[in-house]
Amino acid sequence: MRPASIHDAPVTRRRLLTRAATAGAVVVAAAGLPGCAMAGGARRETARGKKNSENPLGVSETAPLEVVIFNGGFGEEYARAHEAMYRQRHPKAEVRHTATQEIAKTLQPRFVDGSPPDVVDNSGAGQIDFNGLVSQGALTELAPLLDAPSLDDPGRTVRETLLPGSLLPGTYNGRTMALNYTYTAYGIWYSAKLLADHGWHYPRTWDEMIALCKVVKAAGIAPWTYQGKYPRYMSWPILAAAAKLAGPQVLVAIDNLEPNAWKHDAVKAAADAYYQLAVDGYILPGSEGMDHIQSQTEWCRGNAVFISCGSWLENEQKAVTPAGFQMTVAPTPNLTAGDKLPFAALRGTTGEPFVVPAKAHNVAGGFEYLRIMLSKQGAADFTRKVASLTCVRGAADGLPLPPGLASVTKALTASGDATFNWVYNSYYRKLERTLVDAACGDLFTRRITPAEFVAQCQRGADEIARDSSVAKYRRG
Amino acid sequence: MRHGKRLFIATFLVPPLALYALFVISPYVQAFQISTTDWGGLSPEYHVVGLANFTRLLHDHYVWNALRNNAILLAVLPVVTIVLGLFFASMLSVGGRRDRAGVRGVRGAPLYRLVYFFPQVLSVSIIGVLWKEMYAPDSGLVNGALRAVGLGGLARPWLGDPALAYWCVVAVMVWSNVGFYVVLFGAGMQAVPRDIYEAALLDGAGRATTLLRITVPLLWDTVQVAWVYLAIVALDGFALVQIITDGGPGLRTDVIGLRLYSTAFGDAKFGYASAIGVAMLFLTLSIAVLALRATRRERVEL
Repeated sequence: MRPASIHDAPVTRRRLLTRAATAGAVVVAAAGLPGCAMAGGARRETARGKKNSENPLGVSETAPLEVVIFNGGFGEEYARAHEAMYRQRHPKAEVRHTATQEIAKTLQPRFVDGSPPDVVDNSGAGQIDFNGLVSQGALTELAPLLDAPSLDDPGRTVRETLLPGSLLPGTYNGRTMALNYTYTAYGIWYSAKLLADHGWHYPRTWDEMIALCKVVKAAGIAPWTYQGKYPRYMSWPILAAAAKLAGPQVLVAIDNLEPNAWKHDAVKAAADAYYQLAVDGYILPGSEGMDHIQSQTEWCRGNAVFISCGSWLENEQKAVTPAGFQMTVAPTPNLTAGDKLPFAALRGTTGEPFVVPAKAHNVAGGFEYLRIMLSKQGAADFTRKVASLTCVRGAADGLPLPPGLASVTKALTASGDATFNWVYNSYYRKLERTLVDAACGDLFTRRITPAEFVAQCQRGADEIARDSSVAKYRRG
Repeated sequence: MRHGKRLFIATFLVPPLALYALFVISPYVQAFQISTTDWGGLSPEYHVVGLANFTRLLHDHYVWNALRNNAILLAVLPVVTIVLGLFFASMLSVGGRRDRAGVRGVRGAPLYRLVYFFPQVLSVSIIGVLWKEMYAPDSGLVNGALRAVGLGGLARPWLGDPALAYWCVVAVMVWSNVGFYVVLFGAGMQAVPRDIYEAALLDGAGRATTLLRITVPLLWDTVQVAWVYLAIVALDGFALVQIITDGGPGLRTDVIGLRLYSTAFGDAKFGYASAIGVAMLFLTLSIAVLALRATRRERVEL
């Protein structure tokens, strides 16, 4: 008999049990970070300098400034230009720059420790939940910055240089806690070339849309596709159509978690309309199994005509968009002839939230950095570098824009005062990312009816409304 | 001399134990403390809420939904993986044609052993990303292969279909785990004396009988080990689920690890997430003990 035999097995087992215990420990440890997870550091005074007309925010000339940028669709290069402008104004200050894709994982321990950076671009899939940040008092209110004179024109405050509605998404119960820097239009996207080649025209009413879908399908192309694994993208045209049908008050009710806000007739009518796409087979087969990149790529290849998205789409698809594609955004078609808002109305919102943490060591420097970003030069540079508009009024005037962005500018101008927005997704991240998302997935695969869809969304909203551990915010 | 020996042992033992205590035991203990607070994880402030998090846990249908998926995994993953692992391992070490050289594996066994082990070499995130693309409805290899052999009718939007998505992930877990158990069982089989197999063959035992009556009883300790291992894997499942489906479509592939993660990092509720973690610890330990108890048998002495 050979020396090695199964008699050795108990040793394996003992080792295994140790590993089992370790595995269990890892599960638990995942919830609390190693070290003293809950202990805060000593409170340090924030740096201050003398206030005068050249330095209205009272920035300390020597205090270092630390900026953390979300390194996502926009990259990090644009921030280096803003940092250079800061250095120019405050040559004695050291500016530290970091970029990461995982904001929450990188910064959460620093927030707890009480030593957060001075400016954070809290964006991306790994962003820190705003409901938590605001309710736990982790952010500085931005009022002093907004009421400071702007960099370009001391006669106007920073607030007055922004596009209307820019501050809504970062405002919680009347206090502006985040500056959303980019300006994004949400709508339905198509290739103007594809439509022109077939002699099709973008429909202005839903009936025309359904009629066009029939023609498109007959031509052997799928009329629609959507970001199947993130079906919430399809909640956007539904909410937009509802707002156009019955007025933006519908959206305010949803944002404020009012009872039966989702069950409003307009939301139901809009869900009915878009559900028709699934019923009539106007959605690219297999869409429900694709993620955003996969479906958008199918769309870029001309396998589908329409897709719902925001204006980051052009940048996201840059690598696979064929030449001469003429990416174009359009508002959602009107549901009826009696819609409260005109055809041109679409959702315009700001995004890419920048915050100054409450415990930052250089709060005034953080404000100053944002003031620089909001200058004409800072904003124009951003638009040039990353092909996205900013919330600064007129900053993109005269800049050469790629086709998609040019169409966004045109659509936003046409929409004008009729531009609407909703913010429940930034008040209650989970409501959109999990609950409405799930309902959309079921609706567009015909597992539920539009009536069940609004009921399901309402259940999600009610659940959040009842949950005492979630802070509640209201807008007017 | 005796004293010197103790010192010598202590010198080697203390640093690793201290590290273990600092980085494993202490977060462990802290999780218990955190689970009794409403700590949000973004400021040092918190309130002690006693067992409120655990009461909430009992009524949280998202947690139950995730647990149900873990339970399915617990029932399926160990059985399928062990059966496949045993089958492949026995084919590789004793499944071949009998000849003058005695009992051996099928032709090309070393190559197969290597190939089965491949997934073990890849990191979990790579496996996740790979399979996510494999399951893609149009560009994916799975549907592509089906269409190529004329079975296009079977092509599905795999991860988009709530009835299939979870099974797709389970399949990936089996695929990525089975190689390790082939090697583990294979090593165990190497230790079983060849003459037992030869005697069995002489008595006219077929391959199936050999596997069930000889290999499995002789490998029972190893199988038991595999069972506990896989049960623990089944209670986790976080990494693959998060990468492949992220819990979708509509939370139908949610698992408890992912729930814990999104509660902590998505909803900023670290106290509640810790409570989920603590509950999971006890569940994992109970299941490990149960698995060992349930599979206890008289060991066969050779």
